[in-house]
Amino acid sequence: MIEARDLSFVAGDRPLVDGVTLAVEPGEILAVVGPNGAGKSTLLRLLTGELAPTSGEVHLGGRPLSAWTLAEQALRRAVLPQHSDLAFPLACSEVVLLGRSPHFTGRETAHDVAVVRLAMLATDTLGFADRSYPTLSGGERQRVQAARAIAQIWGGAGFRVLILDEPTASLDPAHQHAMLRLAQRMAADRCAVVCVLHDLNLAAQYATRIAVLHRGRLAAEGKPQRVFSGELLSEVFDLDALVVPHPELSCPLIVPRGPIVKSGPMNRAGDWQ
Amino acid sequence: MTRWLFVGLLLAAAYALSVGSVPLGIGDVLGGNAVFFTIRLPRVVLGILVGAGLGVAGATMQGIFRNPLVDPGLVGISSGAALGAAGAIVLGARLGLGRVTWLLPLAAFGMALLAMQLILRLARTDGRTPVATLLLAGIAINALAASQIGFLTFLANDAQLRTLTFWTLGSLGAATWPAVTITAMFSLAPVLFLLRQGRTLNLLLLGEAEASSLGLSPVRVVRRMLVLVTLIVGASVAIAGVLAFVGLVVPHLVRILVGADHRRLLPAAAILGAGLLVLADALARTVVSPAELPLGIVTASVGSPFFLALLVRERRRLA
Repeated sequence: MIEARDLSFVAGDRPLVDGVTLAVEPGEILAVVGPNGAGKSTLLRLLTGELAPTSGEVHLGGRPLSAWTLAEQALRRAVLPQHSDLAFPLACSEVVLLGRSPHFTGRETAHDVAVVRLAMLATDTLGFADRSYPTLSGGERQRVQAARAIAQIWGGAGFRVLILDEPTASLDPAHQHAMLRLAQRMAADRCAVVCVLHDLNLAAQYATRIAVLHRGRLAAEGKPQRVFSGELLSEVFDLDALVVPHPELSCPLIVPRGPIVKSGPMNRAGDWQ
Repeated sequence: MTRWLFVGLLLAAAYALSVGSVPLGIGDVLGGNAVFFTIRLPRVVLGILVGAGLGVAGATMQGIFRNPLVDPGLVGISSGAALGAAGAIVLGARLGLGRVTWLLPLAAFGMALLAMQLILRLARTDGRTPVATLLLAGIAINALAASQIGFLTFLANDAQLRTLTFWTLGSLGAATWPAVTITAMFSLAPVLFLLRQGRTLNLLLLGEAEASSLGLSPVRVVRRMLVLVTLIVGASVAIAGVLAFVGLVVPHLVRILVGADHRRLLPAAAILGAGLLVLADALARTVVSPAELPLGIVTASVGSPFFLALLVRERRRLA
């Protein structure tokens, strides 16, 4: 599992992440939501160790990140970035195989090859295993990268953490749901999943817990039913929305009416008359 | 595929050993002919060493900077090495170090390392190295080195001038067994080490953050690999001058032949680099025989149109 303990990150004199405390246990999917610039990506980069916190600590499996080597962390935690370009034409299966590289020295084993196949099957990418990665569409690349990330922590013993940064950003609706089903499947396999999402309904449907970030602070945290309310959506997201129980699933359904225009000098109706 | 490349290298070496201004038969070779053993053989061995080194150095740099338009020459490492070597040729004698065989490769390596540091300082921002800045930094370093080499040329006496000109144009003509040994001492270990870095370079292709989340410490491994590239380039420039574009062209051809996986790419780049350089040198020795065309002219004549073609192909991505 992975924990943020009173985590802060200050860039210049602007706190991007401000005193965030969170813990994600195996079997959970924590969705991190928040408006643009709320600090979601910064929080993820702190959790992956890419950024060092200004104060506070990240703990992986009960030990601070600094107590792990990068290689040990790589066996426990996989990251799906928002975008991944590749300058050279590796085949998709070769890209996925890179996810297995923490597991072998020298050449890959038959087990690694089998995991690559399974991960590609799970992400519906087996069909373009031999195609060159740069020729794929954005959504297809995203799925290949997802296969790489889950291959990295596939079937490992002990706790594992999967970090997804807007995994659905360039996917069509069916693949958005498939991606989150995959996250569910990894969670069912005792992974702790942390996932930044923009689509609040996807978050409500698939996350076991929601963390709402607002100006770097944790504005709310808990089960989707408790967190998503009309007030929170207007307060944090400037969104005027109706929150109703989903007619078929046991989660809330968010029906936006439109943005809330906060009164400011540019937005006062009088200025236009 | 790599096997066929190796066969090609053997054929190229056999051809290069068989041609030259003095006709030699198999009987001469078996009889211990001096032309064969003291002139042609060391020259072909040197061609293999330098070609393999430049191929591997180019492939490594393209992998590190995640860009197919990078090579040690374009970013200015080669001209840094050239400045060091020219300094050793011209100033070494004045300082009473004219007979020190180590001076040339050491000076070349030292200046190449300095150029590399400068380039990284100039081109790296926030842990990223955009290729446009990298190439611009290369232009600056190349211009700086060229001006200083010009100044050294101005200082040189007649004998030094001849050495300098011959060497600036790039040639394997300085191949003697002692020179080959020194080159091997500088570049063989780095080449062998880099040949094993395929997996690391593959991970770096994903980007530094991703490589780090896969257990690699990018800053450290990149620095180490760049120092090794510098050693190889320094050693090859010290003995053969600047052989432009070998490090650029070879990895491209190899990518077409074996794909982009660096575990296959690096050994294939070493073999193809060696084979092409040996062949180019055989060409340089025979087209205007008994005179000799400088090898650097051959590689640049083939390499620069190749670079132009590459620019046309990549311009969309560069814009």
